[in-house]
Amino acid sequence: MAGTLRFIQGNEAVVEGALYAGLGFYAGYPITPSTEITELMAERLPKKGGAYIQMEDEIASMCSIIGASLTGKKVMTATSGPGFSLMQEAIGYAVMAEVPCVVVNVQRSGPSTGLPTGVAQGDVMQARWGTHGDHAIIALTASNLQDVFKLTVEAFNMAETYRTPVILLLDEVVGHMREKVIIPDEGEFVVERLITSVPEGTDYHPYFAREDGRLPMSDFGGVHRYNVTGLVHDMWGFPSNDPTVAYNLLRHLVDKIEKRIHEIARYQEHRIEDADILIVSYGSSARSALHMVEKGRDSGVRIGLLELNTIWPFPHEAVRRAAEKTEIVLVVEMNMGQVYQEVKRAVKTDRVYLVNRFDGVFISHKDIEKVLNVVMGRGV
Amino acid sequence: MPTKDFIRQRFFPHLWCAGCGHGTIMASLVQAIEELNLPKNNVVLVSGIGCSSRLPGYLDFHTLHTLHGRALAFTAGIKLGRPELTVIVLMGDGDASAIGGNHLIHAARRNIDMTAIVLNNSIYGMTGGQNSPTTPLDALSATTPRGNIDPAFDLVELAKGAGASFVARSTAYHFAELKQMLVRAISHRGFSFVEAMSGCPTYYGRRNKLGSGVDLMRMFRDRTVPMGSDKKNDDPSLIERGIFVEKTRPSYTDQYRSITQGAGEDS
Repeated sequence: MAGTLRFIQGNEAVVEGALYAGLGFYAGYPITPSTEITELMAERLPKKGGAYIQMEDEIASMCSIIGASLTGKKVMTATSGPGFSLMQEAIGYAVMAEVPCVVVNVQRSGPSTGLPTGVAQGDVMQARWGTHGDHAIIALTASNLQDVFKLTVEAFNMAETYRTPVILLLDEVVGHMREKVIIPDEGEFVVERLITSVPEGTDYHPYFAREDGRLPMSDFGGVHRYNVTGLVHDMWGFPSNDPTVAYNLLRHLVDKIEKRIHEIARYQEHRIEDADILIVSYGSSARSALHMVEKGRDSGVRIGLLELNTIWPFPHEAVRRAAEKTEIVLVVEMNMGQVYQEVKRAVKTDRVYLVNRFDGVFISHKDIEKVLNVVMGRGV
Repeated sequence: MPTKDFIRQRFFPHLWCAGCGHGTIMASLVQAIEELNLPKNNVVLVSGIGCSSRLPGYLDFHTLHTLHGRALAFTAGIKLGRPELTVIVLMGDGDASAIGGNHLIHAARRNIDMTAIVLNNSIYGMTGGQNSPTTPLDALSATTPRGNIDPAFDLVELAKGAGASFVARSTAYHFAELKQMLVRAISHRGFSFVEAMSGCPTYYGRRNKLGSGVDLMRMFRDRTVPMGSDKKNDDPSLIERGIFVEKTRPSYTDQYRSITQGAGEDS
């Protein structure tokens, strides 16, 4: 891959990825451990011709990026736990009105103010169900900074492709660690917004999906004037109480994502071909899991890792396939079992074990080793 | 262009009750935009949630019906995304000053170039008549059955205090005056705040035995006076109408452009 080699922080890799993807508007509010993203955007985005604003709270940040997206900009905000809670209502709006946007949540320990500088992965279910009502959502994550860069670009690509909010679910360790990243030459992997080909003077139906399920957009300020609302709406974007309209809209909002899991699922397999034991992990936890795999292999244990980069929609099929030949599955995460429950639903074996920490301390390969020894009958 | 050309007739009839003041305020707004001769494709109407916030959907501009209280926050993104657009925000009293109060003071402080119109009917109409921050003391509502003990906000004073560079008030009764105020508000570069007093005969009027929509219109005629009127000295309870603030202050998007110009390409 041609590009520039940099040694940067995880939060900076997000900024690089967003600028690479063509970010045009960013709104933020300071909160640990995501603040560096907002600080760097204030410095960098104007140089790229984009607009930056620090809003009065995270509610306003989320709302303003939706407004800017409707004017044709690629948009993003970044936050952490408490701020992510505040954004939930407007995330639901972006789901309902089908407005592309990227929301970064650098997870910290909770609930509430919790441990502001302590790492956690406790927002997996909030990313899925934080906003009210039935809906689908895309959430992506990464364990190393090259992937953080790549998944940030993909978050924008998916937001545009599926007209949906995409949650980039990082954690404090990934956000604050430093690593080398190759920033590729411009434009190689960037998906641009699909704009309607309907000419001026012809009726444009903003919410009438094409045969492939996609809805070409028209920017505010353009030649098509239409309504956008968070209410159930018809193909004109006008509110409707018709049960058929409501049914079709909800089916569309869910199916456009859940039925495209094969396009959206991103995961990486490490030495799973002959593995007797499978670890499923993601984010910074997957670094320790990979360490455990290498250490285990050195001592003759046939162990492999499935690292998830797409968390939602949950890649059940990928997990089921990876676990097909293994009897033992370990799920390594820094919460009380949020992905563990999904893995249990996906695999046949009953021997699924949770290896976790939720005390704000980074989970290490030693934490995994302890559980592995017990599971393998080697004692504590 | 005839007024009907600004209306999305497809979505009529509107949902407002008979006697509601919102329809005449909508007509004042349409005529103001018509007088300013703004190209339709350049106008964005944004609203929050409530009876007032259904207004944009009926008009043929770019229209955005947002979340309760958040219209001004969405608008910040629109203005920074495309500063050349004329953005007009329609809110209710509860929408703008209760759930959206924080966004209101910050939009005013930043002087983001937009026109914020509050259709103030002193009640939450859509949910069936609960008290809002502009419900007068002692007034009855679905949630103040023994009379309201919450002192009301004076929205004009609130906007002035927050630094709005244009602040005005009129009523649904004063159709022509409101229209002229809106012409000046929309032309003003910076954050313009217009309180348009509106009547809710269904919930506010009925419960407080104030009569029909027509009676509420008479009340606006008799209980308000032009700014600086002597009548106010004799009866301090009269409400003043007029343009209270109209000053030049750099708008947020102008400032943003000036500090980022020459920021240069990233190295």
